[in-house]
Amino acid sequence: MSIAMQIETENAVPAASNPIIEVKGISKIYGSDIVALENIDLAFEEGQLTSLLGPSGCGKTTLLKIVAGLLKPSHGEILVKGKKVHGPGPERAFVFQDFALMPWANVMQNVAFGLKMQGVGKAAREDTARHYISEVGLSGFEQKFPHQLSGGMRQRVGLARALAVNADVLLMDEPFSAVDEQTRRKFQEDLMRLREVEKKTFLFVTHSIEEAVYVSDRIVLLSPRPGRVSQIIDPDIPQDIGPDELRRNDVYLDTVESIWHGIKKYVE
Amino acid sequence: MSLTHTAEKRIGAARADAPGLIRWLSEFTLIWKILSIALFAGAWELAGRSGFNFSFPTFSDTVAALWEMAVDGSLGAAYLRTLEPLVIGLAFSLIVGISAGIAMGLRHDVEWFSLPIFIVMQAAPMAALIPLVTFVYGIGLTAKVLAVVMLAMPVITINSYKAVRNVPPSLVSMCHSFMGSRQQQILHIIIPAASPMMFAGLRLGVAEGFSGVVLAELLITPTGIGDLITFHRSIANFAHMYATIVSIVLFAIVTVGSLQWLETALFRPEKRSSQ
Ligand SMILES: Nc1ncnc2c1ncn2[C@@H]1O[C@H](COP(=O)(O)OP(=O)(O)OP(=O)(O)O)[C@@H](O)[C@H]1O
Ligand SMILES: [Mg+2]
Repeated sequence: MSIAMQIETENAVPAASNPIIEVKGISKIYGSDIVALENIDLAFEEGQLTSLLGPSGCGKTTLLKIVAGLLKPSHGEILVKGKKVHGPGPERAFVFQDFALMPWANVMQNVAFGLKMQGVGKAAREDTARHYISEVGLSGFEQKFPHQLSGGMRQRVGLARALAVNADVLLMDEPFSAVDEQTRRKFQEDLMRLREVEKKTFLFVTHSIEEAVYVSDRIVLLSPRPGRVSQIIDPDIPQDIGPDELRRNDVYLDTVESIWHGIKKYVE
Repeated sequence: MSLTHTAEKRIGAARADAPGLIRWLSEFTLIWKILSIALFAGAWELAGRSGFNFSFPTFSDTVAALWEMAVDGSLGAAYLRTLEPLVIGLAFSLIVGISAGIAMGLRHDVEWFSLPIFIVMQAAPMAALIPLVTFVYGIGLTAKVLAVVMLAMPVITINSYKAVRNVPPSLVSMCHSFMGSRQQQILHIIIPAASPMMFAGLRLGVAEGFSGVVLAELLITPTGIGDLITFHRSIANFAHMYATIVSIVLFAIVTVGSLQWLETALFRPEKRSSQ
């Protein structure tokens, strides 16, 4: 079984030249018998956006949380810039699917929270927070509380909070699942722009094949329980075309189609 | 109509610039409150005048009796006596109850050890145990403080415990992911997130504490308010008896209500700006 997987991954993975995060032999067993992940080997290159794609329950969130240091793996290790890590670190920041905003704190306080934990003084952290609040398009909302914002705006607050700590790697668990389709497209474009401007590495969980193909440099397809790497795809989409053109691009459509074929056998 | 209008304007103005408690109070539609109190007083007055029960005084007699006791100092003296076990008992219940509840919510070993005790305490009719307390602690201040603690502490503890348990795990993860220490996690996430449910427990606990002190003063030895009630009943001064009861009920309501204000002021700034 592990041989079959090795062969599959061996010819699929081009050797990563400059991995900022390495996942080595990670397995996760919940309780005594729920094998959520089995022997995952992956490398994420600096400055790239990688999507984790796979059917519900295949362990995407589990893998992302292990990389974040929020969950302990049952086996294996996580290397960040070549060093083994045992928990969360300043190089990584997490964007939560349910936003995880503090309802009693306003936008400014929420965005500055990570910096506060790091011991940054009030004036300095508010300056930084203000910068990222405007970066995600929420200027003027600094004093608002989460319940006064829309779902899309709340997710932007979560994103700004992750950006504010200036981590190299952003880990995002289905960040756009709670927003409507228009907002989602806007977000996707923002995300790609952020990758250009901020030069960050993104690790991104999604349910949407189209979204993955659209925004990713690399797509990791996971198989359902036990979660394993079933396929790695590097969409080879021309860089210089606009978003509307892209959605009609042949390479784009073919990639979506082939992933759909790869994933279909699990869904049925 | 025009009167209502100007009154509303005045409340509106008070809301805009008055800080703290006054502003909080004015947020309730004052007109309706006054109206319902007036209605209640009217019904009481009529019932008293109808003479359905010889011991039931009219509203106006009760108010007059209240005024008389306030002026001659007997009410003030009684409250001073009653407040002593109440304040000591509540302070103890709050400090120990909240700490124990939070500790049980945070640590499984503490939970395993002490949760059963508090569950039994909360389920048992504690008032029935008050007479037993006198066998051990006599009839002095200690016994009365204990009566307050027995009634107030279980609900405070259990609610604090449940509040900590109900803190959204994703908020705790969030703090962890930004490398918050355990101490920062408790201070910046768990306590503010738990505060609404915790304060619900505090309000119940403080109300129970009032019951505890009055029960103790009626059952153990008559002192303070309990003494005033017993005394006026024994000499058939029913208006005075009712006035005393009304005063302690009002006092309890105001105390419990101000806890709500305190919660909003301390932990829940978003409720202040939610209009
Ligand atoms: N705390 C837990 N205890 C036991 N089992 C768990 C726990 N968390 C997750 N699992 C199981 O592990 C598997 C992987 O869960 P995970 O949340 O990582 O999946 P996912 O790919 O993120 O799914 P989705 O796309 O629905 O978010 C699931 O089958 C789930 O039932
Ligand atoms: Mg998930």
